[in-house]
Order: sequence, then structure tokens, then C-alpha cells
Amino acid sequence: MEPPRPTTALRSALRLPFDPLLALAVVGLSVCSLLAVRASSPGDLQNFYVSRQAAYFLLGLILAVLISRLDYSRLRELKYGVYTLMMGGIVAVLAFGSISRGSRLSIEFPFFSFQASELGKLLLVVALAGFLVDRARRLDERDTTARTLLLALVPAALVMIAPDLGSATVYVVVALALLFVAGTSWKHFAALAGLAGVAVVLVLVAAPAVGVNVLEDYQTERFTAFLNPSQDPADAGYQQAQSQVAIGSGQKVGRGELATQTRLDFLPEARTDFIYAVVGERWGFVGAGLVLSLYALLIWRGLRILTMAKNLFGALIAGGIVAMVLFQVFINVGMNVGIMPITGIALPLMTYGGSSVISNLLAVGLLQSIYAQGRATAARKGRVPAA
Amino acid sequence: MIRRPEDRVPAISPRLALRIAVLGFVALGLFALIFFRLWYLQVLTGDQYLAEARDNRVRELRIQAPRGEIVDRNDSTLVTNRQAIVVSLDPSRLPEEVRLMAADWGQRAGQRETRPEGERGEPEPIPEIPAAELRERYERIGRVLELDAQEVHARVIRSLAVVPYANVNLAIDAPLPVLNYLSERNTEFPGVEISERYLREYPKEELAAQLFGVVGEISPDELEEERYRGVEQGTIIGKEGLERSYDRYLRGQDGIRRVVVDAMGRRNPDDGLPDTEPIAGRQLRLSIDLELQEAGQQALEEIAGGRPGGFVAMDPESGEVLAMGSAPSFDPNGLSGRPITQERYDELYGEEADSPRFNRVISGSYPIGSTFKPIAAIGMLESDAVQPGLTINDPGCIFISTQEFCNAGDVPLGTVDFGRSLEASSDIFYYRLGERAHSIDSDPIQTYARRLGFDEPTGIDLPGEFGGTVPDEEWSEEIKQAERDCREEEDRENCGIALLDSQWTVGQTVQLAIGQGGFQASPLQLAVAYAAIENGGDVVTPHVGLEITDGSGVPVQSIETDPARELDISKQTLDIVRNGLRRAANGPEGTSTAIFDDWPGRYTVHGKTGTAQRPPSGDQSWYAAYVPDRERPLVVAATVENGGFGAETAAPIVCQIMAGWYDVDSECTAAASEIVDD
Repeated sequence: MEPPRPTTALRSALRLPFDPLLALAVVGLSVCSLLAVRASSPGDLQNFYVSRQAAYFLLGLILAVLISRLDYSRLRELKYGVYTLMMGGIVAVLAFGSISRGSRLSIEFPFFSFQASELGKLLLVVALAGFLVDRARRLDERDTTARTLLLALVPAALVMIAPDLGSATVYVVVALALLFVAGTSWKHFAALAGLAGVAVVLVLVAAPAVGVNVLEDYQTERFTAFLNPSQDPADAGYQQAQSQVAIGSGQKVGRGELATQTRLDFLPEARTDFIYAVVGERWGFVGAGLVLSLYALLIWRGLRILTMAKNLFGALIAGGIVAMVLFQVFINVGMNVGIMPITGIALPLMTYGGSSVISNLLAVGLLQSIYAQGRATAARKGRVPAA
Repeated sequence: MIRRPEDRVPAISPRLALRIAVLGFVALGLFALIFFRLWYLQVLTGDQYLAEARDNRVRELRIQAPRGEIVDRNDSTLVTNRQAIVVSLDPSRLPEEVRLMAADWGQRAGQRETRPEGERGEPEPIPEIPAAELRERYERIGRVLELDAQEVHARVIRSLAVVPYANVNLAIDAPLPVLNYLSERNTEFPGVEISERYLREYPKEELAAQLFGVVGEISPDELEEERYRGVEQGTIIGKEGLERSYDRYLRGQDGIRRVVVDAMGRRNPDDGLPDTEPIAGRQLRLSIDLELQEAGQQALEEIAGGRPGGFVAMDPESGEVLAMGSAPSFDPNGLSGRPITQERYDELYGEEADSPRFNRVISGSYPIGSTFKPIAAIGMLESDAVQPGLTINDPGCIFISTQEFCNAGDVPLGTVDFGRSLEASSDIFYYRLGERAHSIDSDPIQTYARRLGFDEPTGIDLPGEFGGTVPDEEWSEEIKQAERDCREEEDRENCGIALLDSQWTVGQTVQLAIGQGGFQASPLQLAVAYAAIENGGDVVTPHVGLEITDGSGVPVQSIETDPARELDISKQTLDIVRNGLRRAANGPEGTSTAIFDDWPGRYTVHGKTGTAQRPPSGDQSWYAAYVPDRERPLVVAATVENGGFGAETAAPIVCQIMAGWYDVDSECTAAASEIVDD
């Protein structure tokens, strides 16, 4: 009797390569996240938050490894399903979600609260990539650009109801990035920029003038608060000022156990929106710089994988993911260091929370899949020896 | 040689390559931006943020230093402290609106105070609570402290109007369950603080209240003053009386407790920061003799029967004040840190209250009547304006110029010399002296009155002393000018300061000779003048503070007093005046003989009655006296407003004080028939 042997498909899947630098960046960020979550929690709650965050990472990593072994290309046929899943999640949250901090962002499950807009970002990348591949030869048509944007604007508008301005902007940025990578004409981007300018004027100037407020007051305040920080603790400007004090006080090597901005709650939302300030205060320029470098590594690998994709679909997904991560990192860290407005965008792979962690790890899994498929294809074509 | 896999990727289109490059550069740019921002925050300006982070968490709480005690010359406690629990409200946790409202109210209430008494109208109403949310907060704390929301609001407004940024005291000595309730639920009562404080305690209550004065938080104006340099906002300082004059010693130095708080202002246990210990204030020992003070205060109360008045007893040699009292008095315990209600405010300042906080002994300004006669006599004798053996015929009434002047009751006394003029208190004798003085250019009476300490503050170590008035031609012109200025400035028909057509006439000098006619002095000035007669011509600087001691009573610093001003009054003059004063209290015709008739010969009282006319009020009773005892000399002056003749009220008060000092058993009363007008 021969022992049962794995099927050929499984064996070949297990033999697929993966990008070790990308993996390094992700594992490094996971460790940083756990340390930062620990540092930002009061003593009696440290175990609670750290173990939950660790569980999210573990689950996310397992899923990422599984995805990385599969051929992402199959998702292309599922693009309508993916899009429907995304919309369904967003609508479900709006319908059944619980309200936290004034926004309806998640559905509460017994051990998990599901934030559909987080996973939605990745699903949108996949769906739009599929859509654009179908229209790869019609990219010069205005219709393509318009439809792509429409597909992003619909979920963006829905999450705005929540209200979740941060996710809505990510959706739009993802769509633009996909159009960009796909090769949409510069003229379209110029036209879009013009349209955006008109829209901003309408929303911020014209509409309030006739008594229609598209943005909630607090959203406008958040957008402008970083320009004039104040001392009112209830005020967005105060939060940002405290975040700057936290980061600045970390100096070169950080304050370690003396990180009072975090420990004494001067830093608001330390586990979520302002987790980067926790790192900055506790581990100083060294720590904050390290985290930033890990993101740079991740982005670099993402761009690299973009170039290695075996097909346009993979390249688009990689481009979308890179843009998604880059945009969120920049906005969140920028908000922490006081150069960007407060928008409630999570820091990928650092912020405490299952939806964000798992969605971002799934994205990394997809990147690894693109890498693996790209390498495997190249090997088959004889350009690269199959390891 | 190992070839890197990256070098062998499939060729990509140039368009995609360009786009990826753009994406890469954007990413690089964004990372660079954040990197430089981090560098700026953490490396370049990190120090500043670190300092800010420290300030964020450290709150400095004042540890109040206990104020020094005040004791009498025998170390009996007069003013002490007690620890109390104060429930207060932190004004920084109130809406800005309330602070503005309080400032506004304070301004309007202040304007009301400047209007003349009787025309002020209703007290300034406390404005409404501005917000429903604030009313709810007031109601919540009010329910616990048994106050209604409007009263809490009124206390907040009154307190913030007086000291804008100081904590508002809502309740003192709240019962323990209330305190526990509040501290266990401090998140439900934002801004409410419970702290332990020292409150000034006055165990003798109304005794010598004006002398001690009150304490209170330093005001913004006082913070600017030189004498309070280095004193922190919120410090308790002496506001009046001895508390003010010896504040420097009594105040001590508040300590600082540094605590770590979190963003919600909750105390964090792991501070470990060094505290600055408070330094207790020094003890002040007074020259006051508690027993004598009590005797005086009791005599004033019993004999004056609620009429305003005052007394002072002093060592004529050293100027040490042994007792000083002013009626009506008040209980300063009520002013020590308690919230001030409108009723308490009216009790102290209302029109019916007779100004209990006013120290009549040093700040009262009165005509002193016949008690001035010895001073007039000294002036005339020392200026050689008259002969010591001068005699004058006293027919009861005389005409000077075109004006008729009479003795009290028009009683003719016949031939009167200096001795008899004081014994029987002949007005005619002094009218004649005044008539003569008027013709002398050197103004002998005014000159010697001033030398004996009238017309300027005595320099006692108490704030708010009145200098008095010795009228002369110059003064007459000054007040006329004041009247003219007043009429012009306030556009009024008549300010009532002076008659513009009046001239400085002989009649006014004649009136001055008997302590009337514009002459004004405080009881303390009178005591200083009589002390000079007793001690042979030294004008002493009266003082209440004796020495500064440490907590256990060991002297650490003696209080310097200005030396006495020596007047060269001739022995002959002194003998004449002393003899007259002795006869006034002992002679057969003496105006106060009946009061002292049961005194032993060992203590010879020298004293002069006075009955000052103070229209529109009734007669003011005066008595000034000394006992030239070799070991324990004493000078006492007393007055009672509306007290009638000198022998009616003031003399018995002085008699009782002296009896207390010398342990003499005296009735200190005279039959009604024996009391004569003087």
C-alpha cells in the first residue's frame, strides 16, 4: 500500500514561490502593531487587546497564505459576485450596523464586529480590476472612465451615509489608481481634476451658501482643524495637537515607560486612529522611522510585484492595493504628525481591529499570489528557472 | 553567480513602466514628506514637545500654609486656624459665558456702591443662569449641598466678580456623607473640588474684631502691589487690621503638591514628584491684654447699650496698646471663607448696621469737646500767651465780638483759674483763651494741638487710620475751595462742605478751645495726647504688635516702633494741667469725681469729661484719663456716640477699664443728680 499522495495541483501550489521581503514587511508590521497596541492599553486591558489583535493577525495570515497559493486570475470571472458582495456588506452594515462614535460602521457578531467598508476596499480593487480588464481595449473611451468611477462612487456614497468619509475617499482613490495603472489617457485625468475642483467649490462654498450642507459640521471641522489647533479637549484640533506632542516628545529614541501622552489618555483613540503617535512617543524617531520603512518596503515590493504580474488583471490588482495602502498610510500618518486632516482612516496592519487587519492581510495574500503566479508563468516560459 | 529573479521579469509595456515609475515617485515623495516631518517633530523640536507633554500631566496644587496665630501679651490665643473641608467649583470648568457674566455683574454692582448711601436702590440682581445644561449642573450639586440652583449661581457670580479665576467656595464643613458622596461620584460633578483648607478662627468671636481684621484671597489689584511681590494668585492674605499690617509675618509660604493627572483631570497615583512643603506663618504677639480687652468690651457693651462707641487703653510710656474696642462689632468667623450671602452682606454693610467693620478708635473722626481743654491750656501756657496764675471771671455767659457764648446750662462759676477751669470744666475760661489766641499770629492752640499728635495719624500699626482736623485759617480756605470744586464738578447747588461766605473768625478759635468748631480727632489721638501729659511730653507712637515669635512662643523678631517725639513741655505747665485733671476726677467740683469716689488713694485718676455737640446727632460722650502709677501706668480714652454727657457713659467705661487693670473694686457709677454737663 502506498501512502496517499497529495494531488499534483496541491503539490505544485505548495512549491509556488513567495516574496520574502513582502513577508518580512508584513511580519514586521504585525509585531510593531502588537507592541503598539500593548503600549496603548491600560495595564488591566493589555492582554485583552493584544490577544485579540494577535488572533486577528493569525487568522489573517492563514487566509493570506491560502490566497497566495491560489491563482488570483480566477477572481476575474467572479467580479460581479465580488462587487455584489461588497455592496451587500455595505448595505447590510447600514441596515443592521451598530453605531459607534457617531458612525454606523460595523455589524456586531459575538466575537467580532464586522466592518464591511474595510473589506470593501479590497473587494472594490478586485471588482474594478476585472471590469477594466474587460475594457482593456476601450480605455480611451470616456465611457470606461466614467463607468469605473461610477462603480466606485456608488459604494463611496453609501459609506458616506454611515458616515465614513475616510473609506469613501479610499474607494475613489482606488478607482483612480486602477484607471491610472490601466493606462487611461492623461486627458481624462485632467478632465477629472477639473470636475473635482468644481465639486469641491460646490460642496464647500456654493452648497452651504444656499443652505445645503453636504458635509457634516464635524467633518468640515476635522478637515480644517489641522490648520488651527486649539486647546479644547472636545475639539479635533486638540486631538491633533496632543498627537503631535506625543510624537515630538518621543524625540530620538522614545520615552519608553514614561510615555505619558499615551498612558494618561492625552492621546485620543490611541489604539486606532492615533496608533502611530503611540509608536512615535514610546519608541521615538527610531521606532516611527522603522514603521515608516516597513511601509516603504511593502510599497516597494507592491510596485515590484505590479511589474511582475503575469497578466493585466494581476497588475491592476497590485496597483490598486499599492495605491490603497499608500494612500491610507499617508493620510493616517500625516494626520498623526499634523500635516493631514483627521479623517478616521485606519493605519493598515497597525490599527487595532479585526476587519482592517484581516482585509489588509488578504490584500497582502493577493500580492503574494500575483508574485507567485508571475514567477511561475515566467518559469514556464523559460525565462526563469523554476526555482 | 546568482541572478536575481527581479532581473528576469517579463517585459512590460513602456506605458505601464512610465505609470509605475510615476506611482513610485509619488510614493517616494509622500514618504519623504512624512520622514522630514518626523525629523522635524522628534529630532529638531522634540525638547519643546517633551516639555509640553510634561506640563500636560503635572498639575500643581497649592498646599495652604497655616497662617500664624495671634496671641495677647500673655500668650492667650486671640486668632487661630482650623482645618475645614471646602467644597468649591473650579471656574475653568464653567462656560466662558459665566465668567463674562460675573465680570459684568461686578461692574454694575461696583457702580451701585459709588452712588451715595440711601440712593443706591435695589441690590444689583444676579443674572439668570445662561444655559439649561449649566442649570442642570447647578441643580445636581445644589441637591447635594441643599442649595437651589439660583443660589449656587449667585455664589458663583459673586465670587467670580470679586476674584475672577479663584475657586468658588460653595460650602464649608459639609457633612461627611455629602463629602463621600461627592468624591465617589466626581465624574458626575464636573469641576467640583473638595479640599482641605485652613480657615481663620476667632475663638473670642466679636472681641476686638476690627483690630484683627479679616483675611481673604489676594485680589488682582493687590497682586500688582509692591508689598505682595512674589505672592501667588489664590494666596490668602490679610485684608484689614492686624492681619493686613503683619501679613508679611503671618502669611507663611504656601507649598506646592505636584500630582500627575490624566486627560480627564483624574488624579493618577504614580506621581512620585517632589512636593514643596508649606512654611507656616509666624506667630504675632500683641501688646493687648485679653482680660483688659474683655473688661473694656463688656463695659462698652453694658454702658453704651448698643450705641456706637470705642475705647482704647494704652501704656502711656511705651505706647503699647493694652485694649482697643469699637462697637458695634461683628463676628469675623462668619467672614472666614464662607460663601457670602446677601443677608450677611447687608448685616455688615447695610444702612442699619452702624458699620460694624469700622474701627471707631482709629478711623472715627469726632469733635472731642471739653477733653480738648488740657491741650488748649498747654498751648496757651507754653506759648507764654497767658500767665500761669491767670484768673478769669466766669459769669455764665459772655459776648465775644457780637456773639454770645455760654457755659453748659449757663452756670456762672465766678473766679476761675487753670486748675478750676479743668476741675469744673469752665467753658467761659477757654472761650476767653480762644479769644486771646485768635489775636496771636503763631496760633498757639493749633500749634500745640498738632505737636501733641492731632491733625495727623498717630502711626499705629493698623491700616485705615484717620488723621483728624485742627482747624485754622488755612483749613477754612481749603474747605471753601473744596466746596467750590465740588459744586463745579458735580454741578450742585450746595455740597455742604463749607459756607462760601464764612470767614475765619474769632468765633471759630473760641469754639476750637473747647474741642468744637471743625476740630476732629480719633479716640486714639486723644489717648496719645493724654499719654504725653502723663509721661512728661513724649508723643508716643501707639502700637499693637509686640513681637514675632515662632510657633512655640519664642521671640524671633521684635517689632520696631517709631520713637516717641519729645516735646519740651515745661514742668510748670505740666504741673498745672496734671493738677487740673486730678481735681477733675477727685476735687469737690470735679466733673467725674462722683464716678471715682470709691477709688482707693493708691491710684489717682487724672481724667477729663467731654460732651461734644455733633448736630444732627445728639451729644457725644467723651472721657480721657490716666493713672500715673509708677509700675503700671495707664491711659484710657473712650467715647459713646449719642452717649450724653461725658460723665454719663464714657467716664464709667474708662472707670471700669481702669478698675480692671488695677483690680480695683469700684461701682464706676454716679447718681443722676451728680452728673453735670461740662
